[in-house]
Amino acid sequence: MTSESIFSLLGTLTPQDISFVQTFENPVMSEFIDGAAGSVLVVGMIIVVGLLTYYRGWKTLWFDWLTSVDHKKVGIMYIVVAFVMLARAIIEGVLMRYQQSIAVNDPGILTADHFGQLFSTHGSIMIFFMAMPFITGMINYIMPQQIGARDVSFPLLNAISLWLTAAGAALVMISLVVGKFSTGGWTAYPPYTGIEFSPGEGVDYWIWSISLTSIGSTLTGVNFATTIYKNRAPGMTLFRMPLFCWTSLCTSVLMIFAMAPLTIATLMLALDRYAGFHFFTNDLGGNMMNYANLFWLFGHPEVYILILPAFGVFSEVISTFSGKTIYGYKSLVIATMSIAVLSFTVWLHHFFTMGQGANVNAIFGIATMLIGVPTGVKVYDWLLTMVRGRIRLTTAMLFSIMFLVTFVIGGLTGVILANPPVDFAVHNSLFLVAHFHNMVIPGVLFGMIAGYQFWFPKAFGFRLAERWGKASFWCWSFGFYLAFMPLYALGLMGAMRRTVEWFRPEYLGWLQVSFVGALLLFSGFLFLCVQLVVSIRQRDRRRVPAGDPWDGRSLEWSNSAPPPEYNFAVIPHVSGKDAFTQMKQEGQAYASPSAYEDIAVPKNSIVAPVIGIAAIAFGFALVWHIWWLVALSFLAMWGAVIARSFVTDTERVIPASKVRADHEAWLQQVRECTTTSREQEDTNSNVGRAEVLA
Amino acid sequence: MKREPLLHPGLNLGSTDEYAHNEAEPVIFGFWVFLMADLVLFAILFATYASMSVQGQADGPTPTDVFDLPSAFIETMLLLASSITFGMASLALKYKADGLHLVFWLGLTFCLGAGFVGMEVRDFWVMTQEGAVPQRSGFLSAFFLLVATHGIHVTAGLFWMIVLLVQLRVLGRTTAVKLRLMRLALFWHMLDIVWVCIFTFVYLFGVAQ
Repeated sequence: MTSESIFSLLGTLTPQDISFVQTFENPVMSEFIDGAAGSVLVVGMIIVVGLLTYYRGWKTLWFDWLTSVDHKKVGIMYIVVAFVMLARAIIEGVLMRYQQSIAVNDPGILTADHFGQLFSTHGSIMIFFMAMPFITGMINYIMPQQIGARDVSFPLLNAISLWLTAAGAALVMISLVVGKFSTGGWTAYPPYTGIEFSPGEGVDYWIWSISLTSIGSTLTGVNFATTIYKNRAPGMTLFRMPLFCWTSLCTSVLMIFAMAPLTIATLMLALDRYAGFHFFTNDLGGNMMNYANLFWLFGHPEVYILILPAFGVFSEVISTFSGKTIYGYKSLVIATMSIAVLSFTVWLHHFFTMGQGANVNAIFGIATMLIGVPTGVKVYDWLLTMVRGRIRLTTAMLFSIMFLVTFVIGGLTGVILANPPVDFAVHNSLFLVAHFHNMVIPGVLFGMIAGYQFWFPKAFGFRLAERWGKASFWCWSFGFYLAFMPLYALGLMGAMRRTVEWFRPEYLGWLQVSFVGALLLFSGFLFLCVQLVVSIRQRDRRRVPAGDPWDGRSLEWSNSAPPPEYNFAVIPHVSGKDAFTQMKQEGQAYASPSAYEDIAVPKNSIVAPVIGIAAIAFGFALVWHIWWLVALSFLAMWGAVIARSFVTDTERVIPASKVRADHEAWLQQVRECTTTSREQEDTNSNVGRAEVLA
Repeated sequence: MKREPLLHPGLNLGSTDEYAHNEAEPVIFGFWVFLMADLVLFAILFATYASMSVQGQADGPTPTDVFDLPSAFIETMLLLASSITFGMASLALKYKADGLHLVFWLGLTFCLGAGFVGMEVRDFWVMTQEGAVPQRSGFLSAFFLLVATHGIHVTAGLFWMIVLLVQLRVLGRTTAVKLRLMRLALFWHMLDIVWVCIFTFVYLFGVAQ
């Protein structure tokens, strides 16, 4: 470490760090899997580049997407990142389940080191590069439309956040081919992750990918909160906002306050590793308990950052597909806010066993159980929304109902874990693994899939194939129960998490069932992909140009599908909750506005991609100690920001005549559309104009 | 269209610039929100320092051994004075039509800020020479990270000031530049408050022990 020159061209990087070279030099199963994973990545990249070239897509990609600052396109790009990362992390999950299911009195196919990398990348990706981009993308796409805004408050900042997150994800992907990732888990506790016990590049990959995305998320939080406070349409008071906007607001507030502890914790860990500081070391006054403290000061609110937007999606989906306004709107808002506040009072339950006093544990245990109260309020509100509603069991609705059942079970095991004495017994066991998967899979993933099914027609103009969506739903549901219920039993039998090999034959049956569940979960993901491909092929039959395929209740359904880049030809005036339902019932929907105005939209900018690419270089250079590249990429990032501040011509004006022509043409099209009853929702007669019931 | 009532009266954009005031709303509000996130960062650093300043000394230098109180006091005065001069710059932005007052007060703020950073670097240098390096103990690691994070913020503010002085020259007093000056002012005053906390809780408490 210390002997290398700071002027070295490639830092500590050597040819042996390339995963294919390792596979070649040491041809065992574990290395083959690593090499194969790297090959999939490289081949995948080559195929993407080839297809882009073949279909002449580079121009479209660059001008319509990568440089775009339109919140809708940024949102879609976030979700694309989330899907790509989900594909990798879910395969890793299946691989780990396979290893554990065969590794009873047998070493299995993976080395301990490789297994360590797998659970570290699986966790880090699922939280930071799957769930976070998914919720951020969803909020990005939907929230401004629901509050009647034309964009977020800071469109360019939005694109920069996206690129910082994507840069973090890229670093995790690069670690598949160049070097190794951390083996310290997604939490990366020191002193194990300190330089003394983890001398390689792995932990550095973790540190810099997480740091980049944490800065991106802080900026996202600032952006969303400002948008919701300052960009609402006239009449859209806070208490008229759809619940998804409320949960977005709470999530943004949590991002603003909770990301900083993570940024600081990773920075301190980096200083320990790179510069010999003593924040978390065993000697010279370091205190590794402070790391656990800081990490969970971020980590617990993070759970609610992820889950609250999903709660918002469920509120919208359940209300829409029950054909009723949401039950207990105000109680849901208050419950959301309570959860946001309480989320900062419970972080200590992640380390009950660390050695603080019994009274401290008791207080945090009680606070933890308290969170069950507002969550319970929400569950009852959702149930009561369905009572006497005309329920349509679409894919999105099925995911929401399965969420209710499964999430309550997970919540109950959470209350069990909130008892410090019980926690001492099952701490770090598979019981815990089962618990948090039981919260996050139904709570976040089902929510995001439901939102994806629900809003896909809005974003792309055609409905997804319900048949494949339902197939996927059954796989996800049964897969979840088969994969994770056995882990509860195993945890109570004493099986610890992150174990690469077992010596208790009675575990075998449970682990094999769990592996079958993992395969089903993977099939669920595959069916989602099939659904997408099938729907794209049948897109001409599935179009919903009128933009309201589900008899939607909030403003985003009032414009075309896909919406124009300025969202609203004329900013709507809102006079109540469920604004669009009200407009439809009063016959105000699709009425021609009396006057149009010029609309200024932000111009595309090259700044965000420049910062993103420089951020990848910055992280990579820090990992491999390539100091000249660190300096260069740092200057590039800030140079781009400063250069941008000299650009005055940042907006493009769409003249009122153009807006009028486009909008009137669309309105004419809508008026010619036949209306669809709810029974016909899933047929091709649904072109996005809902039948209005008196 | 009826405008919402203004929530930030007294913005230093000029007295009758209603359009600019409307434009200022989300920008200034957003920057306040960002500053909150930044303050959480400092709060975490303070908490870490509080937990390590005594328990993390590892038989190494104590705060009394290494802190140069007179120097820290002069730094405090420099930074407080720079906040006053930035306040004068903000007033000049609003009430003085000529650019000269504004540039003068900004220039003075820059000099005071640069003086602060210079003295802080000198303090660090002296401590390093005495063997009080961050690698010595947890206390010193926490001290250097907290104080240097503030110092880096001030340095960033100085670079920002240079950019804005150039922009005043190149772009003139456009609304965008005025809004940037207002945000820099907020940033600068916040750093002043953070430094008051550092001087109190790190330097005064440290030497009083």
